[in-house]
Amino acid sequence: MRNIIILLGVLVVGAVGFLFYQDKSEIPVAEKETSVTKVGFVYLTTPGDHGWTYAHELGKQMVEKRFGKDVKVSVVENVPEGPDATRVIRELAKGGNEIIFTTSFGYMDPTLKVAKEFPDVKFEHITGYKRSKNVATGNIRFYEGRYIQGVVAGLMTKTNKIGYIGAYPIAEVIMGINAFAQGLKSVNKDATISVIWANTWYDPVKEADAAKVHIAEGADVLAQHTDSPAMLQIAEKEGALGFGQSTDMSAFAPKAQLFASINNWGPYYIKKIEELRNGKWNTGDGPHHWAGNVWGGLKSDMLIISKFQNMPDEVAQKAQEALDGIKTGKINIFAGPLIDNTGKEIIPAGKALDDGALWGMNYYLQGVDGKVPG
Amino acid sequence: MITFIPRVKVSKNWVIIAPILSIVFTIFFGLLIFTFLGYNPLETLYQIFVSPFSRIDRISDILVKACPLIIIGTGLMLCFKSNVWNIGAEGQFIMGALLAGFIALSFPNIETKFFLLITILAGFVGGALWAFIPAILKTKLNVNEILVSLMLVYVAMLFIDFIVRGPLRDPMSFGFPLSKPYPEGAIINKIPFPGIGFLGQLHYGILFVFLLVPISWIFVNKTLGGFKINVLGSAPQAAKFAGFKQNSITLTVLLLSGGLAGVAGVIEVSANIGQLQPEVSFGYGFTAIIVAFLGRLSPVGILFAGIIIATVKLGADNAQMTMGIPKVVTGLFEGILLFFLLTGETLQKYKIKWSEGK
Repeated sequence: MRNIIILLGVLVVGAVGFLFYQDKSEIPVAEKETSVTKVGFVYLTTPGDHGWTYAHELGKQMVEKRFGKDVKVSVVENVPEGPDATRVIRELAKGGNEIIFTTSFGYMDPTLKVAKEFPDVKFEHITGYKRSKNVATGNIRFYEGRYIQGVVAGLMTKTNKIGYIGAYPIAEVIMGINAFAQGLKSVNKDATISVIWANTWYDPVKEADAAKVHIAEGADVLAQHTDSPAMLQIAEKEGALGFGQSTDMSAFAPKAQLFASINNWGPYYIKKIEELRNGKWNTGDGPHHWAGNVWGGLKSDMLIISKFQNMPDEVAQKAQEALDGIKTGKINIFAGPLIDNTGKEIIPAGKALDDGALWGMNYYLQGVDGKVPG
Repeated sequence: MITFIPRVKVSKNWVIIAPILSIVFTIFFGLLIFTFLGYNPLETLYQIFVSPFSRIDRISDILVKACPLIIIGTGLMLCFKSNVWNIGAEGQFIMGALLAGFIALSFPNIETKFFLLITILAGFVGGALWAFIPAILKTKLNVNEILVSLMLVYVAMLFIDFIVRGPLRDPMSFGFPLSKPYPEGAIINKIPFPGIGFLGQLHYGILFVFLLVPISWIFVNKTLGGFKINVLGSAPQAAKFAGFKQNSITLTVLLLSGGLAGVAGVIEVSANIGQLQPEVSFGYGFTAIIVAFLGRLSPVGILFAGIIIATVKLGADNAQMTMGIPKVVTGLFEGILLFFLLTGETLQKYKIKWSEGK
């Protein structure tokens, strides 16, 4: 018995000793190799093959392809939006990463906290509204894609009922619903949108339930501001139609997806890293801004539209016109007169809502049923 | 059929060998899996177990991560020792944080740190109140506390969600679900070290752990209350004969564990977040159940168990940052570790008998 104990003891000591001996993998503290830029990414979930984080993963892959050996990318996935985020971002900064992309809204305060401790590191927070000397923010005009969705939905619906699944009643989601309503109204004055709040960004079960409720209530075109393909899968099964979110989801619903609004972060990442390498990185103006110093949409290719499918050519043509209209600036989605769904005038004809007003939206425009919760 | 038969005498040698064997097996299977998946196995083990200790600020990060686990685990220990199954520490954590947050936000200009005593007390009360629901249902109506405490977790999650989207939402947050920042008096500061500055996130809340562990050790081992809990858990009949009031013990341990979970919530939010948000806990209340058992339901054991779990979690992040190993793989490794540790402990207390069962 004694022998066994001794043997095991030796084994463990040996193993641990060997591990210490292997001490080569330690992250070098702020050691900069010439011309190689170290880039860090923080993900909210594992990328998987669809949705929000996958879109960032695709952007990261574009970065790797574009810069090749000139960048070294480190990724941390599945980071909850709290103290863990602070720790992970700090570790990335300590590990010598020169620019760190934090890709979820909830990383806002952790990013700012760490940025204060590392004034030489650049931080890029996605979808936040707080900035500092070395924290820039970036966001996408997701609502532009939703206007086109509204156009297509208005032309495709037979029941004139549109089912919309919202994540949380925050300005970003509400402006998406309202943009959809504007698109809808431009082609079909009779259709209405009914909204179900899933109160989650990602929960396939809840999203599927919401889709079933919409279909049971007569909706034949569905839209979503949540992240899973569950809604499209239900639509596929029930013979309804819908739109993909964040990434192309036609693989999940080949007969139901009309098109998907795709978040295209790659060009933005590449631009910011290039700026950093040329010493031109900046945060734009002002410390506190509703949407960040870069709020790009269809025009800047930060939002792209997948192939129009499962629709007649005339509809696809109308959709293309809307797409072109937004790109060229011919269509201003929130141009007056805008009237909310209680009949109150938001803005008169001849004027248009500015970006700040979009981030203050807490009302539905005409065409949407019900009222904003909270 | 497999049956577990308690060993009459637990061998002294095996008390030492079992955990060592568990670790050897874990490392062996870890090496196997990492090699199989194409990662340098030794470097991976290094990242998971050693790298979290490789810098002093990383060690302090371990303490920060372990802090709520140890506090909640200690409370759960009291419950589990007396055969009361509180599975809802997560909810009690949230309600503690929420009540304390409500009080903190009600005094937006307060600066004195003595205010922390009030918020921590509020956290205790919040957590204890949430645990009081399963407690009273259990003692008055004999309702199963596992189900009630677990289901109340989801109620608590939805409740804090509602609160930060509605009543306590910061009007300056552009509609995002965040409360206003806490006043200075409700913030637990980071500990400044002369000449070094701050070490990671290390904050004064850690001191509570260093108070709690000895106090709970004394309570469990040296007081009548602790004795009653031990007896009730290991020999309910004896406790009955001795005239211990089972209901009052059940009530006490649930309130204590709920209260401690609530305090953990206050410390976590006041030290690391500084405002209320929809998610404040990230599963601490559930992980602490593992910590309590891994620590063999003893205060010192829980201290170490909390540190082990925190180390592996941080190590998993490091492995990902330096080697790009996905979280699922390191999660698998965590699972192996727990499996062998708990198996080792079980086999040391029980013999396995295989029989032809029907």
